[in-house]
Amino acid sequence: MTKDVTMKSVKAPKSRKIASLDRRKSRSGWFFILPFLIGFLVIYLPMIYESIYLSFGEMVNVKGEFKYNFVGLANYKEAILTYTTTSGQTFVEVLINGLKSLAFDLPAILIFSLFMAVMLNQKAAGRGLFRAIFFIPVVLSTGIMETIEAQNILSDTMSESIDDGSGQSASNDLVSAMDFQVLFSSMKVGTGVVNYVVQAVNNIFNIVNRSGVQMLIFLAGLQSISPAIYESCKIDGATAWETFWKITFPMISPMILVNGVYTIIDSFTVASNPVMSFISGVYKENDILSSAMAWIYFVIVILIVAIIASVLSAFVFYQRKND
Amino acid sequence: MNAQNVDKKPRVKRETKNRIRVEFDRTPLKDRLKAKFLSFHFVAKVVLWIFRLVLLIGISYVVLFPFITKIVGSVMAPEDFVDVTVRLIPKHFTLDTYRAIITDLDYWDAFMNTFTLSFTTAIIQTFICCLVGYGFAKFKFRGRNIIFMLVMLTMVVPHQTLQLSMFTKFSEFDVLGIVRLLKGGGIQIFGWNVKDIGPGVADFFENLDVLPDEIKWGQYITSRGATRWKVAMAVSENGIDLCETYFPMILLSLTGLAFKNGLYIFLLRQFFRGIPDELEESAYMDGSGTFRTFMQIILPLSVPMMITVFLFAFCWQWTDTFYTQMFITSSETKLLSQIVEVPVSLQDSSFEGQAIYESAIKNTCGLMIIFPLVVLYAFCQRFLVQGIEHSGIAN
Repeated sequence: MTKDVTMKSVKAPKSRKIASLDRRKSRSGWFFILPFLIGFLVIYLPMIYESIYLSFGEMVNVKGEFKYNFVGLANYKEAILTYTTTSGQTFVEVLINGLKSLAFDLPAILIFSLFMAVMLNQKAAGRGLFRAIFFIPVVLSTGIMETIEAQNILSDTMSESIDDGSGQSASNDLVSAMDFQVLFSSMKVGTGVVNYVVQAVNNIFNIVNRSGVQMLIFLAGLQSISPAIYESCKIDGATAWETFWKITFPMISPMILVNGVYTIIDSFTVASNPVMSFISGVYKENDILSSAMAWIYFVIVILIVAIIASVLSAFVFYQRKND
Repeated sequence: MNAQNVDKKPRVKRETKNRIRVEFDRTPLKDRLKAKFLSFHFVAKVVLWIFRLVLLIGISYVVLFPFITKIVGSVMAPEDFVDVTVRLIPKHFTLDTYRAIITDLDYWDAFMNTFTLSFTTAIIQTFICCLVGYGFAKFKFRGRNIIFMLVMLTMVVPHQTLQLSMFTKFSEFDVLGIVRLLKGGGIQIFGWNVKDIGPGVADFFENLDVLPDEIKWGQYITSRGATRWKVAMAVSENGIDLCETYFPMILLSLTGLAFKNGLYIFLLRQFFRGIPDELEESAYMDGSGTFRTFMQIILPLSVPMMITVFLFAFCWQWTDTFYTQMFITSSETKLLSQIVEVPVSLQDSSFEGQAIYESAIKNTCGLMIIFPLVVLYAFCQRFLVQGIEHSGIAN
């Protein structure tokens, strides 16, 4: 008690304001994101500005010195309308092909990674080993390994069953369309579906390679579903199939959105993407034109991300927390 | 149990004072096995189990096959490549390819350089992304969502888009014209230079020239006996030339702008959100500051997640070609991603299987590049799922 009295008798300096916890916390928030903020303002924003600025102009050699010359949309026009590579490819063609392959890959990667995540989530012997194997490509098959893989003729040669001398062999494909046509002929599904499945199976290496992070995110989502829900389902007599569609799928749907967006961004920005490598190819001969192309590409990517995200988010089920 | 058995009650016999013996008829073994193994439930379970195992093994095979062929190809002698009878088991075992890569391509130099670069950048990236992710997860301040959108933006804009401007930025690196000012170049505002006002002003700025024309330190001797500078950067009025050093990558890491840092920030933000606020509240009550709370309470909790991010950052920098090929072009600093070529001692144009042999050599280079990563992965992989599991991305 005596201590309190002595403390009261000391006069606090009036002018100094003590910031409330909230104020201090919001200030700390700024402190924590400061590295990013500085980097964004000092390095990233000038880079973006310069890249856009350059794409609207050209560099003219005036007496040994390069000078910037504003040309408006000329670069963009050239990129879309006139530019062709020595092999006769135009930017628009490459772009459309890139979009087509995305339309093919996106569902394949999402379905595959969800399927694998569900499998790896089941408690069974060897789960740890399979997990370790499945995440190898995320870590190892990037950058330089991708470049090596792109010009690799070794695995092809080794997996050939009969060496026909030409170095090219169709036996590399795991399945052919014929096998599936036989299988599906009685099921009344269109050739489109058959071709899709065949392509997906033959592309399995590519798909496995690219679905590592997605698998990881799905696994995290599956782990966060409370076992109590599954237990009550089991007691009520639901089959595994019903449980998957009624419980697992809705609970994991936010992850499908995240993964969908991630897959689009990842497959658009990865260096092995045909559009990306096309732009890198152009960069070597005409760097300004490549900037213009890259910006066209970026706008398209953003549009697609926005469309897909809005479509997917309509199906997302959010569990209410306070129930 | 059938009705017959139920009728017969177990007979209890007292053998000694403290021991009894119970005799009853069990269902015959045959019936019991039948009931257990011929039920639909059991068969379905076994079929599913086999199906699952086959599928998992099949996909593991797809994942591992390229690595198996690389390993096999790396120990095969040249004559094995033209031998039709040799498939996946080499006839002539040799380690010449490895030997040639290590000696001809300066493997150890490249290894040390890459290790220094990857380790530094990965550590910085992990720490910075933790900081930024924590800032977004636990503090409310104005504009938080907009700034988070900016983080996402850096992830969405492919770095190839910025290739040209990134190169000019770092080959003439200058923050807010400070280097220009200290180099005697005056202050430049939108292309107009204050120095141009008059001779007196120009002299004033000329006298400010305090920076040397070249910054260099760390002389060392390579394994070939040549003397090199670890860092040598030319300084001009336009800025410091950071090419041929690790600084571009380090600066990008320090500011959370390096490869895929947006993803790390996102993952870490989700992770920190899952940590209950009460933990920090009690630390604040005890008088701990926000940064100290972060360092002493939050970071030790998030080790699995940090290892995950570190693993990604380290491996992706290790195999990266985009940044290293843009900034480090000279042969003086060799990195692992630049040693993929055929060693001089193995070149032989007269050999008929040369194309495939060279492909095998390049694959061996790849193997040697990723070998340290495999070791690292073997130690860290258990954290990979563990870290993400606790991130609570679902919420």
